Amino acid sequence: MNRFNLFMSLVATAFGLFWLAWILWTLFDAGLAAVRPEVFTQMTPPPGNSGGLLNAIVGSLIMAGGATLLGTPIGILAGVYLAEFGRRGWLAPTTRFINDILLSAPSIVIGLFVYEAYVFHVKHFSAIAGILALALIVIPVVIRTTENMLKLVPDSLREAAAALGAPQWKIIVMVTLRAARAGVLTGILLAVARISGETAPLLFTALNNQFWSVNLDAPMANLPVVIFQFAMSPYEDWQRLAWAGALLITLSVLALNIFARVIFRNRTASV
Amino acid sequence: MGNRLRRQDAAFRFVTQGFAFLVLLVLAGIILTLIAGSWQSITRFGAGFLISSEWNPVTEEFGALVPIVGTLVTSAIALLIGVPVSFGIALFLTELSPVWLRRPIGTAIELLAAIPSIIYGMWGLFVFAPLFADHVQPLLIDVLGPIPLIGVLFEGPPMGIGVLTAGIILAVMVIPFISAVMRDVFEIVPAVIKESAYGVGATTWEVVWNVVLPYTKVGVIGGIMLGLGRALGETMAVTFVIGNAHRLSSSLLAPGNSIASALANEFTEAVGELYFSALIELGLILFVITFIVLSLSKLLLLRLARREGKQT
Repeated sequence: MNRFNLFMSLVATAFGLFWLAWILWTLFDAGLAAVRPEVFTQMTPPPGNSGGLLNAIVGSLIMAGGATLLGTPIGILAGVYLAEFGRRGWLAPTTRFINDILLSAPSIVIGLFVYEAYVFHVKHFSAIAGILALALIVIPVVIRTTENMLKLVPDSLREAAAALGAPQWKIIVMVTLRAARAGVLTGILLAVARISGETAPLLFTALNNQFWSVNLDAPMANLPVVIFQFAMSPYEDWQRLAWAGALLITLSVLALNIFARVIFRNRTASV
Repeated sequence: MGNRLRRQDAAFRFVTQGFAFLVLLVLAGIILTLIAGSWQSITRFGAGFLISSEWNPVTEEFGALVPIVGTLVTSAIALLIGVPVSFGIALFLTELSPVWLRRPIGTAIELLAAIPSIIYGMWGLFVFAPLFADHVQPLLIDVLGPIPLIGVLFEGPPMGIGVLTAGIILAVMVIPFISAVMRDVFEIVPAVIKESAYGVGATTWEVVWNVVLPYTKVGVIGGIMLGLGRALGETMAVTFVIGNAHRLSSSLLAPGNSIASALANEFTEAVGELYFSALIELGLILFVITFIVLSLSKLLLLRLARREGKQT
């Protein structure tokens, strides 16, 4: 009984690792053949033509960047409130609770919300809407990690700064946040990784654009939606580009994840 | 000078408080806009929306039963497979694995959660579904099909895509979430308790099953609920492989639909206000269900954390 169950536990772990290996292998197998220089230099093609993913790559970078710029400050400030001022009152525990739910809430609902609240009123899809939707996904991630990391900062540091006569905002900005910056950065990187592959919220907001466009007030191409559209199509050229895009996205997301872990581990190990 | 500083502090506090409050506003905003958007459908179909399997854009008759059932069934399959596997992984990582192996294996499992959902979908459609149709489904149909009661679950042609395929892929996607929570809660069991069980001659399995699991029950259920919340709202992976058929079928091999995949497929192509409104009501239902599930998960985990705080 003991032996058998422990063996099953080993099997379960192998089962989990097996899927990771299988998916990565498929991606490399189908994706590497499809990643050619044109992918980075040409626009998404009409069906039956060859082309690349340049507009989608740039669009994804713009929207992920915009969402990070918009969501990070909001997330950090709210996280500061929860960690530094959130010991009393009803607001902090409620926010913490709701934030954790938003963290796991279906991203497609976020897309619906931005559609109803913004796209519907301006009457056209746009990169701005995409950025808003992605920012709403960034915020909970950054709040959670910022709060956790600030709580790891020892109180003696805060007390030492206070004893020197520093006002509280200065203590937080120049001492606590600075001490926790590796952890906060980890959170931001994880948030970027999370939104890089998000497709569902972009379907109703940024939509897609077959052409080169950096106009924030117009639909903008982006990798996930292009992959969705191309993979579901019957055209082989499109499917091949979808695999190339899938490999690019997965590699960047996994790299961001591992990078974030390494930063966090090195910094916390040295403290 | 003291006053100026105090004013600065108050302002700083006020600003951060405002952003924390923003989180609550977002939640309220989501609920209110979804209700407003689906108002037409709510007033037109009432509670019947939840139990009608009709979905006809031409006659403008809409009901949510098919996508609701699809969402629940796929998530149930995901938990049925995902929970035992996650338990095995957590057990391996906390009790069996050599210490040097814990971090790499734990990280690898966590990376399963980092892979974007659209990649799971693509892989499921192009790689998993064809293999599943050729090798596994015929077996299921031959072996389980003739058995009374559960036989009806495995009827029909092996198409590869369908409810069962979606459930299996969802299982892989929730494993990292559930196993991470299980591992974390297993680790809080005080060593003294485990050692005393080992001391009276218990095997590793007996310690885990009779000591660790009862001690962490609340947290384990919280982790399962978290996985359920994730599975219910998962969109892209399911959209690729579930088949998108608005049809209620007793067979798990048949194509179906989930709330999220119906939204992803139909929302941008919907014409007519009522059709739109019905889709938004689907989104509202999904949000309410996941909100309840995730709240339960959070409450259970908080309860475990609080008990932990009291004891130490």
